[in-house]
Amino acid sequence: MSHASVELREVVKRHGSTVAVDHLSLSVRRGEFFSILGPSGSGKTTTLRLIAGFERPDQGDMLIDGRSIVDVPPNLRPVNLVFQQYALFPHLTVFGNVAFGLEMRGVARAEIQSRVGEALDMVQLAGKGDRLPTQLSGGEQQRVALARALVNRPAVVLLDEPLGALDQQLRQEMQGELKAIQEQVGLTFVCVTHHQEEALTMSDRVAVMDHGRLLQVGAPQDIYDAPASLFVAEFIGLSNRLDGRIAAVQGTRCRIEAPGLPAIQADVPEGAGPGSAVSIVVRPERLHLSQQATVSGFDNVVPARVAKAVYNGHEMQYQLRIAERLLWTVRVPNADGGQKRFLPGEAVMVRWNRGESVALTR
Amino acid sequence: MTGSRTSTSPAAAGLAAWLLAPSLVWMGLFCILPLSIVFLISVASRGTYGGVEWTFTLANYRDLVDPLYLYIYARSFALALATTGLCLGLGFPLAYYIARAPARWQGIWLMLVLIPFWTNFLVRTYAWMNVLRADGLLNTILIGTGVVAGPIEMLYSDAAVLIGLVYGYLPFMVLPLYVAVERIDRSLIEAARDLSASGWAVFTRVIVPLAKPGIVAGCLLVFIPSLGAYITPDLLGGARSMMIGNFIQHEYLVVRDWPLGSAASFVLMAIVLAGLWQYQRTGGMKP
Repeated sequence: MSHASVELREVVKRHGSTVAVDHLSLSVRRGEFFSILGPSGSGKTTTLRLIAGFERPDQGDMLIDGRSIVDVPPNLRPVNLVFQQYALFPHLTVFGNVAFGLEMRGVARAEIQSRVGEALDMVQLAGKGDRLPTQLSGGEQQRVALARALVNRPAVVLLDEPLGALDQQLRQEMQGELKAIQEQVGLTFVCVTHHQEEALTMSDRVAVMDHGRLLQVGAPQDIYDAPASLFVAEFIGLSNRLDGRIAAVQGTRCRIEAPGLPAIQADVPEGAGPGSAVSIVVRPERLHLSQQATVSGFDNVVPARVAKAVYNGHEMQYQLRIAERLLWTVRVPNADGGQKRFLPGEAVMVRWNRGESVALTR
Repeated sequence: MTGSRTSTSPAAAGLAAWLLAPSLVWMGLFCILPLSIVFLISVASRGTYGGVEWTFTLANYRDLVDPLYLYIYARSFALALATTGLCLGLGFPLAYYIARAPARWQGIWLMLVLIPFWTNFLVRTYAWMNVLRADGLLNTILIGTGVVAGPIEMLYSDAAVLIGLVYGYLPFMVLPLYVAVERIDRSLIEAARDLSASGWAVFTRVIVPLAKPGIVAGCLLVFIPSLGAYITPDLLGGARSMMIGNFIQHEYLVVRDWPLGSAASFVLMAIVLAGLWQYQRTGGMKP
């Protein structure tokens, strides 16, 4: 019988009077890179600590490979955590750190030697086994922390903001590497992060949390293209928002009216009808700009004025004033040199199809 | 470190000399000078009626190699070691508990550890005499509750000395241990747990190695003064439970053999310094 690798059922954890994790149910597939994404205070770290066993749920059940772990102490759980600040033992060498878990489980010395060697090879630290953690760079320390978890071949590897302490350049390099290592070892990874780019690039699936609740679970593309709520839409990536009210419904499409703007065409949000208050969300790269007022082939055409134009090298980023108090961001890739560039103060038409926007009830 | 030292400018060196001057004068007047005098006496001869005759001899050091004196040294070492061991055994759990208590409780616990210092050591030792006496507090309770029929002889024994020493020096163990344990990052303990370590393994493989500087400091702070303890064995020990401190005092004030007392002091100091030196050489304070 095949079970989920990690399963949480209606888990509740309170810290004093605040509910850190609120009836959370999750199912992580075996061999999956699963990220829990959320702002600070969303309960994502608590969730990780619950799985690791450093905290006990007040309610609910947690299973690993189909067996409940609620009453299993952390040292007997088949999970290993990569700590945010790495938590490397300062009195042990790199080898000693990586070997620690195997030694604790009474693995034979010869096997420890070979497995630690393999793990250090995998994270490209071969030959640095006799260094002390303080003699390593931040990136190297991060690799040691990863090797220290992987070497035990746990059922689940837990990662707490694994790249959070690295600088931007290293962070991007490690994103690809971490994913590659995960695919190589084939272990289930559960990663907690507040960094959405990290979650989107590395994960097979992403869970978005806020205030202890699970808001949406899905593949990165689903989360980005079809956010289930305004919070998810605005937390993941940049999004332009427009609040209005449904004036009419026709099949799966509806007409939305917003003060000071022409009527907007959009897909009908689930459970909404005429009169519902809704918001439209469009990603900056889905919007098209032109000078002409009359362009066919688009559902929506809205007049705007350029407030700011920033040249980013690979793209132009515009701030557009739409209606009285609405600023939207539009990104136009510098695909070829002949692109028309707009200047601040210029009048433009913003165009998009209804399929490129998401309408959500407020 | 050495790099920055070699690049010091002459002006800075001059300033450093001035800043060092007060402590150098202090060390010279109150440490080097008296020690030199004691050393000179230790290689002088005893006068017929107790004074010091300035004829050079090593006889005092030779005289110390006597079974009776060696026995006193051995006893002192045994008692100091036992004191250190007991202080470590009692102090570690206490320090660990305090270091892991909520912040506002830590201050209260530490103050309770330190409060005895506000009273004179001699007075506190007399208090222990009252507790341990044949008709003292402890015996009264034991007899009153029917645990024993008659009073137990507790005072004037090695056990009484040990109790007094442990009581007196326990805070010197607890404070450095507290500092060391308090500094251990909690996530290291969690990491050890996460890596399959049992509670005992967390203690022996992570907490003890990381608390090592505190353990060493605490042991030194307890061992050295217990080795030379004088008041405690004098008041709580019996006539025959002499420690080096009492022996030196005895030679100076009772027998009036200053040269032998001085030699005994120097040997004690040499042993302690040799131990410290050996310790530093083998890796010392680093965790």
